[in-house]
Amino acid sequence: MTAIQENLAHVVDDHADHHHEHPSWLAHHFDDAEQQYDSGKLGMWLFLVTEVLFFSGMFCAYALYRNRNPEVFEFCSSFLNEKLGAINTGVLLFSSLTMAWAVRAAQLRQHQLLVGMLGATLGCAAIFLGVKAVEYSHKWELGLLPGKLYVAQLDGAHGPHKGYLEFICTVPAIITALCALYAIYAFATKSLFHQRVAGPMLVAGLCFFGGVGLGQYLEAQEEASKGHGGHAAGHEHHAMVDGHVDHGSHEHAAAPESVHAAETKTAAEIAASSSASMGGSPNVYVSPIELKTPNADVNQRSMAGLFFSIYYCMTGVHAIHIIGGMIVITWLIVKAAREEFHEQYFGPVDNVGLYWHLVDFIWIYLFPLLYLIT
Amino acid sequence: MSVVDRPITAPVHSEVDSYPEHHFLNHSKGFLSWALTLDHKRIGLMYLVGVMSSFALGGMFALMIRIHLWNFKDGWLSNQTYNQVFTLHGAIMVFLFIIPSVPAALGNFLLPVMLGTKDVAFPRLNLSSFYLWVTGLVLFLTALSVTGLDTGWTFYTPYSIETQQGGAVLAATFGVFVLGFSSIFTGLNFIVTINTMRPPGMTWFRMPLFLWAIYATSIIQVLATPVLGITVLLLSAERLLGIGIFDPKLNGDPVTFQHFFWFYSHPAVYIMILPAMGIISELMSVHCHKGIFGYRMIAYSSIAIALFGFLVWGHHMFTSGMADVTTIVFSALTFTVSIPSAIKVFNWLGTMYQGTVSLNTPMLYALAFIFLFTIGGLTGLPLGALSTDMHFHDTYFVVAHFHYVMMGGTLVAFLGGVFHWWPKMTGRMFNDKLGIISAIIVFVGFNLTFLPQFVLGSRGMPRRYATYLPEFQPLHQLSTIGSITLGSGLLLALIVLLMSLVNGKKAPRNPWGGATLEWMCSSPPPHDNFSSAPTVGDPYDFSNIEYDGRVGGYVKRT
Repeated sequence: MTAIQENLAHVVDDHADHHHEHPSWLAHHFDDAEQQYDSGKLGMWLFLVTEVLFFSGMFCAYALYRNRNPEVFEFCSSFLNEKLGAINTGVLLFSSLTMAWAVRAAQLRQHQLLVGMLGATLGCAAIFLGVKAVEYSHKWELGLLPGKLYVAQLDGAHGPHKGYLEFICTVPAIITALCALYAIYAFATKSLFHQRVAGPMLVAGLCFFGGVGLGQYLEAQEEASKGHGGHAAGHEHHAMVDGHVDHGSHEHAAAPESVHAAETKTAAEIAASSSASMGGSPNVYVSPIELKTPNADVNQRSMAGLFFSIYYCMTGVHAIHIIGGMIVITWLIVKAAREEFHEQYFGPVDNVGLYWHLVDFIWIYLFPLLYLIT
Repeated sequence: MSVVDRPITAPVHSEVDSYPEHHFLNHSKGFLSWALTLDHKRIGLMYLVGVMSSFALGGMFALMIRIHLWNFKDGWLSNQTYNQVFTLHGAIMVFLFIIPSVPAALGNFLLPVMLGTKDVAFPRLNLSSFYLWVTGLVLFLTALSVTGLDTGWTFYTPYSIETQQGGAVLAATFGVFVLGFSSIFTGLNFIVTINTMRPPGMTWFRMPLFLWAIYATSIIQVLATPVLGITVLLLSAERLLGIGIFDPKLNGDPVTFQHFFWFYSHPAVYIMILPAMGIISELMSVHCHKGIFGYRMIAYSSIAIALFGFLVWGHHMFTSGMADVTTIVFSALTFTVSIPSAIKVFNWLGTMYQGTVSLNTPMLYALAFIFLFTIGGLTGLPLGALSTDMHFHDTYFVVAHFHYVMMGGTLVAFLGGVFHWWPKMTGRMFNDKLGIISAIIVFVGFNLTFLPQFVLGSRGMPRRYATYLPEFQPLHQLSTIGSITLGSGLLLALIVLLMSLVNGKKAPRNPWGGATLEWMCSSPPPHDNFSSAPTVGDPYDFSNIEYDGRVGGYVKRT
């Protein structure tokens, strides 16, 4: 490979004549590879510190409101499908492995493996987003929206809206189509560079839809289990929760503002019907905590709505970081396809890897904090 | 203390000290060579023009406020316009001027040169910081021109959620978000540069104190600004989607917004003042021709201020309803910040003692800084004490206090720094006599503007009011007269600087007799700063530096 020879030549140059000839991968203002690597590394760690602080605001908000209304968090968490969350956690953990492996491949000049590992990471990120798209669209259909947009059957007029998933999938579909065209071009021209770039991108695009399929399959399973056990159980719980509402308001005199007293009746029904939608897992509803839950007070914009605000802010900002990570990984794939990395210059892979681990790490906190409350 | 103009001694070493033929200003030509430059010096100059223009804009709003307040009622602005004017004055001055002023403009230009490197660690990131700043400016101008922002620069909820000027709030909060990242990237760049790029011999304790101050500032920028970022992002989401986290109507908590906001915005006060203190440390020692007194204490106190600054945000919220214990703790912590600040002031005074003071323009601004900053700092104590703060909170006393620190402190030090390094940046000497006159007018005008406001505040004049009781009118009128004086002094300073570009003498390498590395390269510096790694010595050792009449500046005796 000529690229390798060039790089090697530069490395040799660098050793032979340190100060006069800078190799192409060494920026002019750095003295040597070590200084460049250390600077990049420190810069990335500082950036990660700012990222942690950036998320910390939302974690504080989470802690404050959960402390204030624990029952809201317990109630709302049951709308989150922990199977999907668990799968996404696994996918991200696996992507951290492939990312770390990519760093090693870069150090060892294993260019083909490096492209493969970066591609695997990109694919995992796409699966994650695909599953997330199913989760989001499903919640939007139920009206589980943030803050004042929260409608979850608060008034009977709001039927379920469909079509959100198709809406979300438009952009990935266009991107995947473009990747497919690019791949056709790459294989037609027999350019190794273009093949190495187009291949992982196309696979990642398809992975997104794989994630969507997986998510829909699991959501459908939940629906099905609701279908046979849930319907009867739903009526049962309906009565149960309804019954509880009456002395629920006595028991929870301290519960904040029951100003929406007029809504109580309908809200109780909603709570019951939403129980029905989750009816497959009886432990959620039989647990003593759940029985004490004043569902009527919870199912309001100022309660459940606030939980979903926090949910969408945290997972949304996290998803934006995933998308950002995908963009820089694609950039790395381009560089890797040009065989730019070697043992003297692998800082970009290393630093993107650090970033990727942080994004993974934040999800590892988000998953139990949001999905596994009950 | 002997005050002489310049010690005239026979030149011992005659160095070729002509105006350089090639320097960073004529290294390449054309608009794109500036717009896409990665040279930290050009980026610094672009920032300098940018922040000075923002200052002019914010200053015009300030004059509009003062003129409106000439009469106790029926000022020339409507109440609604008045709200917008004071909001934009505050927001532009804080986010577009003071925060980037010293670090981004002077820091960018000077940090690599003082450190002895070719550039900052990440030149592309540096340029993108600048363009983020420009984006922030555009968003603020959008907020200004579309509807006008009327929330106060603090964007307190629930008003910022409910105000009719929703578009302006969105544009401005997004602008703050973008400016925050500009600030973070600048700080990150500086920390990495100082940590990894110091040349051989440049140990931590051979760094000029300006760099210590910039380093401490950068720590705050990196650690505090992300919290502001998420806060304004949540506020934007509040306006767009009504997420309710800060909205009491949706069970959200507006006091949480205040906590989040001040967790950034109090450390931000130190982002504003610390680099100014760094400038003063340089100016004091160079213009007294005497090593800095207590180098290590000044260096450590910068770091101490940066760290203590994170623990005191609650003192902005004593009246917002916090637990008593919390307020007491915040009050006590607030007082600890005064210790490192006082250490610095005493060390500057110690530097002047028995020094050979050159009373030129930069030095006069530095002296004005010490006087004004001391007043600003001391009037902070009654605001940090719980009992008195209950009375002073949200009055003109607070306004006067922070203007003494922010304007009397940071702006005056910034001007001193601009005059001090102007010959280095542009290669031209300014008219020192006119510069001195500008410094005196600024000093007098400043005190005339803000001293009456202490009195007004302690008598109960609330801040941000468009009208006031008739008995406050004389003091308000005094303040307005002062503000016009101040404005004309600043205008004169600008004219002096611009005139130097037209007919200024060519600057020598070292016009003031500094010992730090920037005075070792030509004025203006060459494109790469140093052709080879410079020899690093004690930055405050003036024993070998002597005046050479032939080059009109100082040279180093070998």
